[in-house]
Amino acid sequence: MPTDVKIKKGLKLNLQGEASETFGQAEKSKTVALRPSNFYSLVPKMVLKEGAKLKAGDEVFFSKYSDKTRVVSPVSGTLKEVRRGAKRKILDVIIEADEIQEYKDFGVMDPLKTDSSQVKERIFSTGLGVLLNQRPYNIPANADDTPKAIYISAYNTAPLTGSAEFILKDRVEFFQAGINALTKLTGGKVYLGVDKQSASFLKDVENIEVLNISGPHPAGNLGTLIHETEPMNRGDRVWTVNPEDVAIIGEQFKTGKYNAQRTVAVTGTSAKNRKYFKIIAGAEVKSILKDFEDNSRIISGNVLTGEKVEADGYLNFFANELTVIPEGNEYRMFGWIPFIDNNIHSMSKTSLSWLFPKRKYEVNTNINGEERALVVTGEMEEVMPLDIFPMQLIKACMAGDIEKMENLGIYEVVPEDFALIDYTNTSKIEAQSIIRGGLDIMITEVG
Amino acid sequence: MNWIRQKIDQVKGPFEPGNKLEKYRPAINALDTFLFVPNHTTQKGAHIRDAVDLKRTMIIVVLALIPALIFGMWNAGYQHYIQLGENPAVFEAILHGAYKIVPMIVVSYGVGLGLEFAFAIMRGHEVNEGYLVTGLLIPMIMPIDIPLWMVALSVIFAVLIGKEAFGGTGMNILNPALTARAFAFFAYPTYMSGNKIWVSEASNVDSISGETILGSLAANKEISYNTAEMFTGIIPGSISETSTLCIAVGALILILTKVGSWRIILSGIIGAAVMGLIFNALNIEGNGLTNFPWYQHIIVGGFAFGIVFMATDPVSGAQTTRGKWIYGFLIGLFGIMIRVFNPAYPEGIMLSILLLNVFAPTIDHYVIQGNVKKRQKRLQMKTVKTA
Repeated sequence: MPTDVKIKKGLKLNLQGEASETFGQAEKSKTVALRPSNFYSLVPKMVLKEGAKLKAGDEVFFSKYSDKTRVVSPVSGTLKEVRRGAKRKILDVIIEADEIQEYKDFGVMDPLKTDSSQVKERIFSTGLGVLLNQRPYNIPANADDTPKAIYISAYNTAPLTGSAEFILKDRVEFFQAGINALTKLTGGKVYLGVDKQSASFLKDVENIEVLNISGPHPAGNLGTLIHETEPMNRGDRVWTVNPEDVAIIGEQFKTGKYNAQRTVAVTGTSAKNRKYFKIIAGAEVKSILKDFEDNSRIISGNVLTGEKVEADGYLNFFANELTVIPEGNEYRMFGWIPFIDNNIHSMSKTSLSWLFPKRKYEVNTNINGEERALVVTGEMEEVMPLDIFPMQLIKACMAGDIEKMENLGIYEVVPEDFALIDYTNTSKIEAQSIIRGGLDIMITEVG
Repeated sequence: MNWIRQKIDQVKGPFEPGNKLEKYRPAINALDTFLFVPNHTTQKGAHIRDAVDLKRTMIIVVLALIPALIFGMWNAGYQHYIQLGENPAVFEAILHGAYKIVPMIVVSYGVGLGLEFAFAIMRGHEVNEGYLVTGLLIPMIMPIDIPLWMVALSVIFAVLIGKEAFGGTGMNILNPALTARAFAFFAYPTYMSGNKIWVSEASNVDSISGETILGSLAANKEISYNTAEMFTGIIPGSISETSTLCIAVGALILILTKVGSWRIILSGIIGAAVMGLIFNALNIEGNGLTNFPWYQHIIVGGFAFGIVFMATDPVSGAQTTRGKWIYGFLIGLFGIMIRVFNPAYPEGIMLSILLLNVFAPTIDHYVIQGNVKKRQKRLQMKTVKTA
């Protein structure tokens, strides 16, 4: 029986610049980057030296704290460069891709007919483990844990995001195999969130618990799904997986090849060729983005949670979107007067934009004000569907008060649950980065 | 527009980081941001931001205060002229009121913003817009004849002790505007209570009854105003608190724009009505205030102004949704109780709001504790299940 996940609090942002559901031709990325920062909190120890030859699936680095957390190469080629920052911290590992791709053969395995410990062993030893994320904290999964459930959300309610159905439509078989493997990792259920309105083929996938999602963003966030089904307690471990990564896992089980294919929707008003592109995870930005307006911001991910990247940089390993919007580095005269500049979206009734709920807005990166003391109350609650007190939790994180953070539900949230608070709050405080700071304290102090 | 921008950038040059006047940047920024929304872009977190900011929010409150302010000016003049036996034209009345009130506003803004700027420079943060509201509220709740130096002193006390001592905007426990009034009330009682201060220049005219309705009731005197006059506010009182009608317009602006909490306003009215009804039912001998009808309690004195513009201050009020209901209700309840039981302080609302300001964090604490308990219970259930 599918369960309904219905929320009321939140905000549906209608933005201009969606990608059309067609595939564009991506240019071949000459190099790809594995960036440890994409696997949050992972401190890499290199396995290979610069100049080493490798196949797709060969281990490149592993976590200093657990050698079972391994990151493998998405392409075959040559390890070209290890870029380091301050204190020799590894920033990027650049791999030059071969013309013809060679894959390491991991052998075929049917997870349903295999013992669960062997399935787990295979996932973590072949580098698929970093595709699994752990809640709390949103960090790579720990191979020694058994999660109480696994969550996948195939309905991204954030603005300008790729459609999981479109991304997966040719890979249903692999997706099913991936699900089968995941069921072996947990004693509990594997939840898959889908749009209640759509007649998605994903609802027919076996061995899952379907969650029918309805409501405004953040209805499709993993944090919302977890909260509405099996809320997190202290000591709980839950794993989450991106829908496309489920297919990658499945393909590796079915064919023995690690094919880190990432489907990226190019969106945003400043991008001209707004389509979907099939590339390798961690590819060069320029392989899919050539034509865009000057003075733009390129975001690997969506406008609420994505990562700012340069035009000659690399895509985020996990992101299914590349959003390009204008930089808002312009002054607006008297823009603070209420009911002026109604073309800028506002959830607040101090603008008239609420009179046009259907309108699609063009957005830029202007803060539309300056940071101020926390004054207004009640507005954060309007976009927080979880049963927590957002402002109080933010304050507890700022104060670094572990007991308070625990009491107020820090284990139930990750920064993306506070993305709408970033967007809507009057005082322009950086809620996501404050929550990240709180989580970092919890990681070091509680673990 | 571009040339204005260029001119400003030129002026701001010496204030940029690394230059001589860098320290005074918050002051120049405060002025600049009133002309232009800055060109700052997001550096972390969400890449896009809502159009709302604190300036917009605060200006809405100022807008909501305008009807009561204009009416206050007119009423000050009107009360002044009718005590002299004259019937002034609207314009004449407003002129007299403005002549009294505008200097108070100038002093309040001048002194208060001066302090705000000084603290912003000292602490190196931007100037917060909250004082735009506080600075207008303070003169609006003073008696018309209060000397300007008292306004200045009250402002200094409110900003220094009421706000900055606690860490500045967003950290204060008490509502700054009410702190100013309370300071004046206890420091200069002869200028803040009695029956000669509520009508402009009443003390110059002998044997004039310029008492407020609550003052008369406390002295067990007959009152000569009907409900309609009480509601429209053509009665003596502090400058802008008399007209429940104009305050209701302001309340509507606050509620429609969601800047003020309708929960606090509504529960406050309910609380006052409940207390009023209780007293009406008891009808204690010898206390004229107890049989004053409950609906008139709501429309006379500072109740309406207090509950709409003071109690809804988000910093000093309760912050949780459930907390707001309790907080508002208790303000109404205690406000009328103080008013009735303590004739020395006929204006109980000020004290009631200040009292609940102090208790708001406690109310929130218990509301939040409910949420914490739920979480702990869930954890306990889990431990029992696995054990």
